[in-house]
Amino acid sequence: MWYYEKKLQYPVRVGICNPRMAKFLIEQYGGADGELAAALRYLNQRYTIPSRVMGLLNDIGTEEFAHLEMIATMVYKLTKDATPEQLKEAGLGEHYVDHGKSIYYHNAAGQNFNMGIQSKGDPIADLYEDIAAEEKARSSYQWIINVSDDPQINDSLGFLREREIVHSQRFREAVELLKEEQSKKRVF
Amino acid sequence: MSTSRKWYTPYVSPNDPCPPLGPISYETPVQLYLGFQPRGMEQFSPFEALTHGTLWPGLFTPYTNPYLSKREELNTDG
Amino acid sequence: MDEPIQVPDSYYSDLKALQAVDFTLVELTLYLDTHPNDLEALKQFNSTAKKSAELRDGFEARYGPLRQFGHSLSAYPWQWKDTPWPWQV
Repeated sequence: MWYYEKKLQYPVRVGICNPRMAKFLIEQYGGADGELAAALRYLNQRYTIPSRVMGLLNDIGTEEFAHLEMIATMVYKLTKDATPEQLKEAGLGEHYVDHGKSIYYHNAAGQNFNMGIQSKGDPIADLYEDIAAEEKARSSYQWIINVSDDPQINDSLGFLREREIVHSQRFREAVELLKEEQSKKRVF
Repeated sequence: MSTSRKWYTPYVSPNDPCPPLGPISYETPVQLYLGFQPRGMEQFSPFEALTHGTLWPGLFTPYTNPYLSKREELNTDG
Repeated sequence: MDEPIQVPDSYYSDLKALQAVDFTLVELTLYLDTHPNDLEALKQFNSTAKKSAELRDGFEARYGPLRQFGHSLSAYPWQWKDTPWPWQV
């Protein structure tokens, strides 16, 4: 069962009125390695993954929806006060014609989210898929930071990038937990 | 203490149309080196944790745009 | 026409304080998911959870409900639908 809490995980701020940034940020909303992809991937894998790591997949999957909301907030703030002319100049003309001022699950190139996620049913394959997903998301945030001039957006992107690092760390730990021999108890 | 950014220089051909960009960096963040997180690692305060994106300084890997100085170079060239 | 409710300046610092405590809880949750036997972390989790509940009660008393489906109470008229929503803040 999901409950919603009416606050963002992190205080998102956008300092500069530059709708073009929305075009780049949307990559992490509806892109193949974005937050939606991550949430759907982990929440789907959690049904059949070994119980030892079910909690982790459940919780990271849930946190990804909070990140999705942060990206949506940035895109919303950048586009809600733009005229159609300004959206056209920002390279968002095609988006506007299809979706008006609403947000949508597509990537920076305009390709709709295409469910390019995997659930192989093999816990090791799935966890390595998840580690790879986190490293790819981390990379995306790095590239978006590289094209952004807005220190406040970069602040939120830095937070989200560090979350990917921590998630990657946890998935790697999950692999270690599954590698453990059943008879031996892990002692720290 | 491991570094979180490594550099390499790609091959430059005399036939390349554009001036070489110079050494390329890639990130090697902490999760590559840490192993299973040990107990009792030092923690940030809640505010510092929120700002950094993690509760533990030992899990923090900063990132800055590696092209920033390049951009300044290009801007001053006019 | 509904006039949007403007939040006072204190809203932002109160929200950030709550976000900071709740972020600690997220981090501890993920950590405990892979370190279930870390007693110190577990104790920290439970005491931080109590601190969060206190902060949240204070925040809700001032600014309205944060949680859905009965996990927060509401004054009259129904407050849950009130702005600002998180992406508007």
